[in-house]
Amino acid sequence: MTDVTSKQEAMKSFTDLGTQQRSQIRDIWDQFTTHKGALIGSFVFFGILFAVVIGPWIWTLDPTFVDIRSRNQGVSFAHPFGTDQLGRDLFARMLEGGRVSIAVGLTAMLLSVILGAAVGVVAGFFQKLDGPLMRLTDLFLALPLLPLLLVIVTLFREPLAASFGPEGGIFILMVSAIGITSWMQTARIVRGDVLALKERDFVLAARSIGTPSRRMITRHVLPNVLSPIMVSATLGIANAIITESALSFLGLGFPPDFPTWGRLLFDAIPYMPQYPMWVVWPGVAISLTVLSVNYMGDGLRDALDPRQRSR
Amino acid sequence: MAEPTASGETLVNVSDLKMHFPIYKGLFRRKVGDVKAVDGLSFDIRRGETLGLVGESGCGKSTTGRAVLRLYDPTHGTVSFEGTDVAHLSLEELRKIRPRMQMIFQDPQACLNPRMTVGAIIAEPLIEHESMSKEEREDRVVDLLNAVGLNPAYINRYPHEFSGGQRQRIGIARALALDPDFIVCDEPIAALDVSIQAQVVNLLEDLQKERGLTYLFISHDLSMVRHIADRVAVMYLGKIMELAPRETLFSDPQHPYTKALLSAVPVADPKIEATRERTILKGDVPSPSNPPAGCVFCTRCPIAEKKCFTVAPEWRELNPDQFVACHLA
Repeated sequence: MTDVTSKQEAMKSFTDLGTQQRSQIRDIWDQFTTHKGALIGSFVFFGILFAVVIGPWIWTLDPTFVDIRSRNQGVSFAHPFGTDQLGRDLFARMLEGGRVSIAVGLTAMLLSVILGAAVGVVAGFFQKLDGPLMRLTDLFLALPLLPLLLVIVTLFREPLAASFGPEGGIFILMVSAIGITSWMQTARIVRGDVLALKERDFVLAARSIGTPSRRMITRHVLPNVLSPIMVSATLGIANAIITESALSFLGLGFPPDFPTWGRLLFDAIPYMPQYPMWVVWPGVAISLTVLSVNYMGDGLRDALDPRQRSR
Repeated sequence: MAEPTASGETLVNVSDLKMHFPIYKGLFRRKVGDVKAVDGLSFDIRRGETLGLVGESGCGKSTTGRAVLRLYDPTHGTVSFEGTDVAHLSLEELRKIRPRMQMIFQDPQACLNPRMTVGAIIAEPLIEHESMSKEEREDRVVDLLNAVGLNPAYINRYPHEFSGGQRQRIGIARALALDPDFIVCDEPIAALDVSIQAQVVNLLEDLQKERGLTYLFISHDLSMVRHIADRVAVMYLGKIMELAPRETLFSDPQHPYTKALLSAVPVADPKIEATRERTILKGDVPSPSNPPAGCVFCTRCPIAEKKCFTVAPEWRELNPDQFVACHLA
């Protein structure tokens, strides 16, 4: 009897206090919107994303169309960002290049974060695998990356281009090459955090309940190492965009006439004294993307942490 | 609604339990020794009783509690729970027996996942072991919150929003979720204010009466153990020195270590307190990686004889139900 009445009372107090089931997604969104930087960041990022995805359909100038008579022009209505030394429209090239750069950046970041987090969590959680996995991480850290990338690209460019088309092939190649050479920092940071977390009492409590390891990882470990993963993810996007530009610069990335932000940047370097804006446009685009993603990540990390949320 | 008098039936039997942690050193991580955290314990816990386990810091109390629940794999010995040897069960069988034995932790902050709501924390054991619908589970969680004296409206809050005493109640609710028979309370009140300690201890006692629970109550607070325990075991350096019913232990201690411990409890009368004679132990606890030969207490024992330094004392029943490991008792 007492059970029934107490439950009724409990249900009444739910409504009394006005604290009905709070939806977690709602909570997270509320906290996210209180973070000014995150709001501005996501606004900028989605603006850029929208521009590069929809832009080429609206701004229909061909980014590879050579118009030698209108080369080296400054900012005008016909060419908002001016034209380059071959008379190609820089705005169209920026939009087209942004598609590739952002796609490479996001996918390579995803790959490297997933790889890094998986290696880190497994190494930290299962003591037997710790040694082998961390030595593997050390091995990758010790590899000279640029020569390795050169080898990967020369070895796999042809077969991949044959099966996925020249652009699709090189995209897959770029993303996987950048992904598998940049997961190590994430893995080390995550492993350290997991090692500390594993000794906490709530993991022991889960073990005493009989929670199997895989659910222990998904329920208790992963949510608590979200912060370092988030940070490496946002930094990873910047890293991926810049690595892609370096590779394009070395002639190992996308074909030379295929614009990406990194390639635009490097192509403009010899002309910097005469036409500084050619460097500024892609530079600003890369920086803005990286910065806005960083702020977004920051806001998301705070929003996902219940301790931050209540403040 | 049976009174929690120990029925005499043994629920948990621990025999010659040893828990050694290896020490690795040097370039090749060679094993150079063991930390003998728990070194040959034998005791049983009867259904419905509270066995207090006391001792100073680092003597292996918590390790014993964890080894009994097989949160550690014991180096040697058996822990039988209703006749099943928990220490050597396969992981699958262990998982089946887990719901019957649960644990309450010392640090109420650390034992709750900061990213889960109270509801999710208490529901975790239910998700793992019972097939319930979401509504049934929620009802159960509300019942449990009521049982430990928390407002069920808090179900969607996070642990950091609660005080220490409330967090400990959440921990207790989680331990109760699967209706266990046996709960290891690992210093459940050590991290709480004195006023809250009383509440939590009373809650534990009420729950024991209502649900017929059996406790292994680990503590270093002798007055609290005197209050809650039916029998008390005194541990020193990985071994039990004395095990006796509460009244006997506190009125007629046999082991010199028990006597020293009890004389450290202040008396609430300044006149007696000023004049009473205290046994004050000299020196430090030896390292558990290199315990003394013979009796582990010989280095600090006020009455040690030659024999104590060479021969380990036998675990013997001095009086009915009073066990002592001392040559001279």
